[in-house]
Amino acid sequence: MNHILVANKVSKSYGGHTALQNVSIEIPKNSIYGLLGPNGAGKTTLIRIINQITYPDQGELLFEGQPLKAEHISQIGYLPEERGLYKSMKVGEQALYLAQLKGLSKTDAKQKLKYWFDRLEIGDWWNKKIQELSKGMAQKIQFIVTVLHEPKLLIFDEPFSGFDPINANTIKDEILKLKENGTSIIFSTHRMESVEELCEYIALIHRSEKILDGKLSDIKEAYKKNIFKVALETQYPMELLGQLKKGFQVLNSEFEANQLSFSVQLPSSNSGELLSLLGSKGNIKNFTETIPSTNEIFIRTVESKGIAHE
Amino acid sequence: MSKLLLIIKREYLAKVRNKSFVIMTFLSPFLMVGMIVLIAYLTKLNDNEKRVIAVLNESDFFSNEFITSESTSFVKFRDISLEQAKDSTMNMGYYGLVYLPNENNLEQVSQRSFFYSKEAPSTNALERLERIFKERLKQERLREFGISASEYAEMDNEYELNISTYDGEHNLKGINEIKAIIGGGFGYLIMMFIIIYGGFVMRSVIEEKTSRIIEVIISSVKPFQLMLGKIIGTSLAGITQFGIWIISGGVLLFVAMALFDIDPTSISEGGMSPGIGNTPNPITSSADTTMLLYAQEILDIPWVLLIFFFIIYFILGYLIYSSIYAAIGAAVDNETDTQQFIFPIILPLMLAIYVGFFSVFSNPHGPIAVGFSLFPLTSPIVMLMRLPGGIGEGGVPIWQLISSILILIATFIGIVWLAAKIYRVGILMYGKKPSYKELIKWLKY
Repeated sequence: MNHILVANKVSKSYGGHTALQNVSIEIPKNSIYGLLGPNGAGKTTLIRIINQITYPDQGELLFEGQPLKAEHISQIGYLPEERGLYKSMKVGEQALYLAQLKGLSKTDAKQKLKYWFDRLEIGDWWNKKIQELSKGMAQKIQFIVTVLHEPKLLIFDEPFSGFDPINANTIKDEILKLKENGTSIIFSTHRMESVEELCEYIALIHRSEKILDGKLSDIKEAYKKNIFKVALETQYPMELLGQLKKGFQVLNSEFEANQLSFSVQLPSSNSGELLSLLGSKGNIKNFTETIPSTNEIFIRTVESKGIAHE
Repeated sequence: MSKLLLIIKREYLAKVRNKSFVIMTFLSPFLMVGMIVLIAYLTKLNDNEKRVIAVLNESDFFSNEFITSESTSFVKFRDISLEQAKDSTMNMGYYGLVYLPNENNLEQVSQRSFFYSKEAPSTNALERLERIFKERLKQERLREFGISASEYAEMDNEYELNISTYDGEHNLKGINEIKAIIGGGFGYLIMMFIIIYGGFVMRSVIEEKTSRIIEVIISSVKPFQLMLGKIIGTSLAGITQFGIWIISGGVLLFVAMALFDIDPTSISEGGMSPGIGNTPNPITSSADTTMLLYAQEILDIPWVLLIFFFIIYFILGYLIYSSIYAAIGAAVDNETDTQQFIFPIILPLMLAIYVGFFSVFSNPHGPIAVGFSLFPLTSPIVMLMRLPGGIGEGGVPIWQLISSILILIATFIGIVWLAAKIYRVGILMYGKKPSYKELIKWLKY
C-alpha cells in the first residue's frame, strides 16, 4: 500500500501501431514521479489509460491497491497536453461546470473556487469570458480546475509548455505545496531538464517500452562516472597539470592567467587523495562531481540497449 | 446520471445563450411573416392592375359583350376608321385595340376580328377576349339548335364517380393527397430538425476539439455520456427554438393579417391562373356536403396516434442522424473538412422527402412507399407520410409499422454504437484529415 498507482505489464496498440508494450511502473505515494521520453514514445497513451480515457489491451492497473475503476476518476486530477477551455463561456461558470463533472457539489465547488481564485489573485476574472483572457491567464484557470477537487493523484502532461517563467514558477510552487500536503504527482514531459529538479522518481519511456525506472538519485548514482570538475588558482598551472596527468586521468583542461580548470575521472568516488593534493598546490575555486543529466542518462540507456535513437 | 444532466444543461445553455441563436430565434418569425405579407401584398398589387382595351366595333354583333370588369375596362370607339382608332389607342396609352369588321354573320365577324397591341399581349388578356368570342359563338349555335340558355345550363353537369371501400365507407377523391401532405408536414419537420440541429451538434463537437477542452472533459466523464448529453442538450435547445418560432410566428401572422387586411385564402389563390373553367360552376348543395366530408375525414385522421408515432420516429430518427453528425464532428478538425461526410447523410433525407412526395402521394401503400418506410434512414419521414391514412385495415398494416420501428431501433443502437466509437477515437485525434478508410480503422481501436 505504499504505491498510489501501479501499472502491471500494460500494452496498448492502435490498429497496427503499438503504443505501449508491457509497461510496468510503480508510483510511490506522496512523491513526484517523472514520466520521461521523447514525443511519440507512449507517455500520453499511458496517461490516458490511467485516466480511463482509453483502456489497455493487456495488463492491469491498481489505484491504492484496488483495480482501477470509474469511481477513481474523482480522485485523479489531469491536466492534458492538449488543454483548453470553452471560449465563449464565463470563467466562473466554466470552472463550476468542470468541478461538478468531477463530482463536487455546487456549493462545495464554489467555495473551493473562491479559495483558489483568491490565492492566485484572479478573483475579478469570475465573470470574464475565456476569449478575453491571455493564454497564461487561461492556464491558471486550467490549473485550478485540475487541482480543485483535491485529488490524491495529479497528472500533468507537459505542464510547463506555454507558461511564461513567472506563471511557471507560481504553478511550480503550488504543485510543491500540494505535494507537501500529501498529493502524489506525475509529470510527463519530453523536456527532461524542465522537471529534473522536481522529480524523486522517474521512468524513461522509449518507443512504447519502459527502458529505465527508479529513484532518480539512485539512477544518477549508478550512472555517474566519478568525474569531477575542478578549478583552482595557482602560480604554476602548467607544471601542476603535468604533475596531475601522471597520477590521474585528466579529461580536458584549460588555462586562464593563473587559473587552471579541468575535468578528471577517478577510479572510485573517493576524492580525498586528489583534494588533499590540490589543496597543497593552490586555492580551490571549484570542486564538483559531475552528475549526468537525465537527458544523458536517457541517451546512454538507449545506446546501451542497442536501440537506435532518432 | 447527474453528470449527464450537467452536460445537457451546459449544452442547452451554451446554445440558448449564443447570440446568433438568439437573433435567429427572434428574427426568423419576422422574416417569415414579412415574406408572407410581402407575397400577399404583391399578389394584391398584381390583381389591382387594370387594363384598358379599346374596341372598334363596325359589326352588328357584340354590342353588349364587352363589359368592363375588375381587371379590364373597355372603351368603345364609334364612327372612326381603323387607322384613326389605332392612333388614338396608342396615344391614349391603352393596352390594345379590338377590331371587329362589318360582316354578314357572326362567324365571319369572329373570323376576321383582330387584336392590335404595341407588344404581344399577355395570355391572360387574350384568353379573356377569346372567351367573349367563344361564349357569343356558343350562344349563337345554341340558338340555331333551338336550345335556350337555361336548358343548356341544365345540360351541363359535373360528374364524379362514387368511390367507396368494401365495407361501404365513403371514400373521397384527393383525400390521400391531403393526408399525405399532413404526414409530409411532419416528415418535413423531422428533416429540417435533423439538418439544422444535427449541424449544431457537429459544430459543438468541433468547437470542443478546436478549443482543446475535450480531453479535460473526458477525463471526468465517458465520451459516450458527453456525446449523448450534447445531442440531448442541443435538441432541447432546438425544440425551444421551434416552439418560439411556431408561437411567435402564429401570433405575428395573425397580427399581420389583421393589420394589412389580408385574406389568407388570397395567398393560395394568387398563384393559380385565373378563370380556366368556361362555364360558371354552380355551387350545388352536394359541394357543401363534400366539403363537410373532407373536414370529417381530416378530423378522422388518428391524430393522437399520429402524434404519438411522430414523437417515436422523431426521437429515433433524430438520435440516429445526430450521432452520425457528432461522429463527423469528432473526425474532423474544422468545418470545411466536413463536406465529404455530410453529403451521404443528407442524401437519404432528401430521398425520403422526394420519394415521399412523389410516390407516397399517389399510392401510400405501394411497394416503393412500403420499402422506404421500412428502410431505417428514410422511415421516420416516409412512414409519417403514410400514417395519416390510419393503421390496420385500409391504412398501414400493423406488421409494417412494428417492423419499421424495430428496424429503426436496431439501427439506432448499431449506429449510435459505431458513432460513439468513431467519436471516442476522433476527439483525441488532431491535425488529421481522415478518410473513410481511416474511420473504419478507428472502429477497431
